[in-house]
Parts: sequence; C-alpha cells; structure tokens
Amino acid sequence: MCVVCGCAGGAGQEHAPDEGHDHHAPGGHTHSHAIGAAGHAKPRVDARTGDLHFGAGAARVSVPGMSQQRAIKLEADILGENNRIARQNRLHFEAHGVTALNLVSSPGSGKTTLLCATIEALKLRHPGLAVSVIEGDQQTSFDADRIRATGAPAIQVNTGKGCHLDAPMVAEAFAALHTHDHDHNHDHHDHHDQHSLLFIENVGNLVCPAAWDLGESAKVAILSVTEGEDKPLKYPDMFAAARLMVLNKIDLLPHLQFDLQRCIAGARRVNPAIEVIELSATTGEGMEAWLHWLEHAMDWHHDPHHDQTAVESGGVPAATEAALRQRIAALEAELAAARTAA
Amino acid sequence: MHEASLAGGVLKLVEESAQREHFRRVSVLRLEVGKLANVELRALRFALEAIAPGTVLEGAALEFEEPEGQAWCMACSQSVKLPERGAACPVCEGYQLQPTGGTELRVIDMMVADD
Repeated sequence: MCVVCGCAGGAGQEHAPDEGHDHHAPGGHTHSHAIGAAGHAKPRVDARTGDLHFGAGAARVSVPGMSQQRAIKLEADILGENNRIARQNRLHFEAHGVTALNLVSSPGSGKTTLLCATIEALKLRHPGLAVSVIEGDQQTSFDADRIRATGAPAIQVNTGKGCHLDAPMVAEAFAALHTHDHDHNHDHHDHHDQHSLLFIENVGNLVCPAAWDLGESAKVAILSVTEGEDKPLKYPDMFAAARLMVLNKIDLLPHLQFDLQRCIAGARRVNPAIEVIELSATTGEGMEAWLHWLEHAMDWHHDPHHDQTAVESGGVPAATEAALRQRIAALEAELAAARTAA
Repeated sequence: MHEASLAGGVLKLVEESAQREHFRRVSVLRLEVGKLANVELRALRFALEAIAPGTVLEGAALEFEEPEGQAWCMACSQSVKLPERGAACPVCEGYQLQPTGGTELRVIDMMVADD
C-alpha cells in the first residue's frame, strides 16, 4: 500500500511502505489518483484495530467520517505574525507623531554611548522634544540605567535567550513607556503637532535583528571602526536592511588600520542606497550630521519651527538624493518583479 | 540563531491551521526559503526537528524549496541572478543591484492526516 496517498495499489502498482517515492517529483508516482480509480476501491485496514479506511487518499476521495491524508495549501509568510504586529506598531507610532529608529550593531559598537550623547545634544537643540528609549539586551538593565541617567525615559527589554527584539516585545515596551501616558479618548490628530523620537536599541547582534521588522521608520546600523572594515560584506543582510550606517569611534582611526573607503564601498555593494555618517560619540565629531539626519527622519524639513538654514547647509541634498535613489531602485525592482510574474 | 524563532513561527502557523482544518498530524511539510532570506537551512531544519516532538509536526518529513536570488541591475536595466548579497552583477560586474527574488520565507503546503 502507498503510505503517502493511502491507495491499495489495485491498479497494479504496489508500493512498499518505506519505498519513499516523491509525490512532488515528476514521474515519482505514476498511478492514478482520480476519484473512482480502481486503486482506491479496496479499503485500508488498520493493523491495530482492524478499522477499515475507504478512500484514504491524497485525492480527498470523499468518504464521510473517514480518516485520510490531504493536502493543505498555506502559502503563509513565516514572519507574517511579526509583520502584522509591526504594521500595528507603525500605525501606532504614526498616530502619535513618534519617529521610531531601530539601532542595530554588534555588541560593543558604542550604541548606548552614542544614544546618551544624542539625547544630551537634542536637549540643547530642541528642548521640547520628547526622546525615549527601548533597550534590548539578553540580561541586565545596565543600559536602561545609563539612558535614564540622562533624564530620558527608558525601558529595558530582556530577551532572555533571545537574540533579537520582535514586534510584540516592542509593542509591549512602547505601551509601558512613560511618554506614552496619553489619554486614549483623545483625538489622535492632536498628537501630530508633537513630534517625539523613539530609539529602539536592539540586542547587539549583526545577524538576527535584520529579519525582524519592529514597526520602525528606519534601521540604523552602527559600526565602530575598531571592528574591521569588512563587516558590511561579512554580515550583508543587516547592511542591506539599514537605511543609514553610522561609523562610530572615528577618533580612534589614527591608531587603527581601518580603510574607511573600503568599508563604505562594501556597504554600498550590499545596499547601493545606504547613507553613511562618520562620527565619534566621545569627541562629538560628526554629531552635527547625525542630528540633521535625525531631524530629516522626523520629517522636520516640513516643519516651520525647524531651522531651515542649518539644514540647507548640511544634509538636505545628500539625504534627498539618497532617498530618491532608493525610491527609484524600489520602483524599478517592483517593475522587474511584476514582469517576472507576468 | 534566529532559526529557532522562525521554527516557532512555522509551528504556530501549522497549529493554527490544524485548529481550522481539524487534522492531528502532518506527514509532509513544504517550506520555501529563498537563498537571500538570511536563513541557514540546516539550522532551521534542526530547530524544526527539535520542537516537533509532542506537536502536530512530530514525524513530519521536511521539504525545502530554495528559490535562487534575483536582482534588478540599475546599470543594465534588467533582471539578473544574484547568488548572494554583495555579489556583483554577472553582466556588468557592478553593484547597483536591488534584490527582487530569493527573499521568500514561507510555508507552502503540507500533507496532513486526522489519525
């Protein structure tokens, strides 16, 4: 009897139970599965109970109440559930005027130091701007403590054995954040006037967080120059997923053999549209470009309160060009995909 | 390492389907894992085999389809093969490539039984 389709082999094709033929391979299975085929005329007998199974086949020959194998088409995205919650997060963030950035890097790239320096700089630059942080680590609340010391609200998410944050974790953390103490009866439109910035510091890991959408506006990959210039090529998925690469600790360059241009070229190989900012969170070099980038991420070039001249002298052309190039690439890719499908 | 989480996602999809379609056992599970999907196939297989006991997936044969990487080359204005991220366009040897295929990560279908 064929163990896959359950047929009794009456059509002259007896299969040994462990013969292992493949129903998907062309020619692997030659007898007919059609309803009423002679091969399905005999019932399958359960050796243990003596039960009889009629039409126990993949063709779903309908015998009410009888057990049979059947095929179920799922066509479901494995990350679908995460992506569904990420979409909810994204809508939630938008409704509350929150720009969320997912900071990804290997451990020790200086994410938390950069965040602390950024929060201090933003306090001077935009005193009214609410900045909050979700800190992802496997264990401890050391990083959240460092952020809280700057006065910004922070919540620590310990993933335990997990190697990345996922969208449900971020949804829960966002709900728990102090800045989120809004009145839910409130009209959501009121929040549009009040921008705020949410940094999500992912678990230090250059592999797994690339695959999980958290609902962020953009992923920012932070790479310190002490790590080696070939990281973008060694861990291409992360740099392909990021909109911006921050090259941190550039104050150490004189002491290192780090080829900056080679590193940037590597990142552009895996992501032609990636933007790059070189900075040192310790000395403050490059912070200006980073702060401009953040303002653009918050869409502040449309905001009348924003200092236009400062922006025009800085990141606008580069940021706009990169955004346009990315848009063009996305459209062309879409077109190519549509052509392939057609 | 994230293959364990993905395996959990697969099991969840299958269990939801089991509730909906009333089956108790999966004999064949077919997954689509693109070459550019950031997934190590062996690790995913191992993780699925590790969580299967005691679930509807116990004893299920795992089959994988691995669509090749495809990209749109901006310089050539055509679709080209991309064996891995960071590889050059096979036509112009440039890197102005936008992946368009091979990033799939899906449960395609399965053979199930009620006994």
